[in-house]
Amino acid sequence: MSKVLKINKSAEDGVRELLKFLLESGKVKEVFTLKKINSNNVVSYSLITRAEMIKDAVPLFPLMPANAGKLLSSLTLKNPLSEPIAVVVKPCELRAFVELVKIKQGSLENFLFISSTCPGVYPLDMEVNGDLSKKLLEYWDTVKKGKIIPDIRPTCNGCEHFLPYTADMVVSLIGKNTDKECEIFLTTNKGEKFAEGIGKLVEGELETQEIESLRNERKIEKKKLFDEIKIEKFGLSGLIETFGKCIGCHGCSHICPICYCILCTFESCTHELEPSAYESEIEKKGGMRIPPNTVFYHIGRLAHIGISCVGCGMCTDVCPVNIPISTIFLKVSEEVQDVFNYIPGKNIEEEIPLVKYDKEELTEVED
Amino acid sequence: MEDNFEPKIIGFLCNWCTYAGADLAGTSRIQYPPSIVPIRVMCSSRVDPLFVLTAFLRGADAVLVAGCHPGDCHYQDGNYYTRRRFACLKKIFDSLGLESDRIRLSWISASEGPRFAKVITEYTETTKKLGPNSTKKEIFL
Repeated sequence: MSKVLKINKSAEDGVRELLKFLLESGKVKEVFTLKKINSNNVVSYSLITRAEMIKDAVPLFPLMPANAGKLLSSLTLKNPLSEPIAVVVKPCELRAFVELVKIKQGSLENFLFISSTCPGVYPLDMEVNGDLSKKLLEYWDTVKKGKIIPDIRPTCNGCEHFLPYTADMVVSLIGKNTDKECEIFLTTNKGEKFAEGIGKLVEGELETQEIESLRNERKIEKKKLFDEIKIEKFGLSGLIETFGKCIGCHGCSHICPICYCILCTFESCTHELEPSAYESEIEKKGGMRIPPNTVFYHIGRLAHIGISCVGCGMCTDVCPVNIPISTIFLKVSEEVQDVFNYIPGKNIEEEIPLVKYDKEELTEVED
Repeated sequence: MEDNFEPKIIGFLCNWCTYAGADLAGTSRIQYPPSIVPIRVMCSSRVDPLFVLTAFLRGADAVLVAGCHPGDCHYQDGNYYTRRRFACLKKIFDSLGLESDRIRLSWISASEGPRFAKVITEYTETTKKLGPNSTKKEIFL
């Protein structure tokens, strides 16, 4: 059981009221949230300091223009925040940020995390081609019913981690009447402290029947998603077929919240081929693919970030040639994470498995 | 499979244990197949999974990562990290349907010349059974 703040407005208006309250009362200096940049449902993450500008904020908009985990890391990479900021993010963005903090790419200090029981987000394509505006009604309707929303990101379809793990406040959306009332669960002491003075609190349970049934539905959906692509049957030929389409733009690694290296090894001179290297390669093999090493790049990236991948789906979204990267990464990463019973971003106290060890373990891989 | 197939195994050997073990096998004149191409690294934990992957995708029939026995690492705990990293890589190979038998992690100490020879003989045999690595034939990889 936790304390619940009930506001008799739509979910989005309720969150806006909360943000306005936080700014006006001086409890936070800034608000980090999605904001409309024009009337056509074009949104971007923004920092808002003036309470009157909160009206343009769309904190629960079903789109992820960038994984906020990466953005928050860029805010706190050098120094922790000096003054409190309220951020409204999706659960996977929060998990990504927690992972980044674990590898010392940011700091959690002075953040007030507001998240929601996440119904999922639409692919970026939909914003670009304008279809998203037509979808919004259907979106909120399906959220009320607690069902899987059609046409959202494939990884959102199969996401089981839609309940935020480390948020201070959680907006309950799934299975709720989001048009009429806004329920904000204060899940930590910090959350309760920040909400002091905004209104009356009641007691409530965040985990509902609807959430449990949606989780089961999504589990089935995830299995379907994996079965469709049959990753375990890939083998070398499957990999070449799938990643043969790759144009080597490295957009997936640039957008990936976990890929944090300032100079990626794949873009460094280590993996740069000199003209003479092309010649010797051609001589040896009788031909080569250009740009080279796309299969190597993707498996290599899996080896580097697999342990922390949160399956947010940004990579698939930005892929210009529609490779289902996030599905492949999610499947493989989950298997890697299962070896260590690790759920990335769940617990800030828990270190990344690769920086610790048990003396007696994994005897099956050594001899 | 051709009968005269001689596998090529790329070995990342730790300077303090396995490399010295290989040396001992040599000075003790123990016979083992000439299939291994040793690369000396200061510690098995120096081996980025990308090294293994590069060797594998560029046509090595097998890749061996070898270092000190757990607890004996020259740098106290390097090989424990190697083990975790290697477990991840092996899992990735399995999940993508690649032959994970083509990568192996072994602990061979500086005094284990005979064990070095045994590991190489054994691994050469296993690799022979697997046949040439299919990455060799893939031109446009």
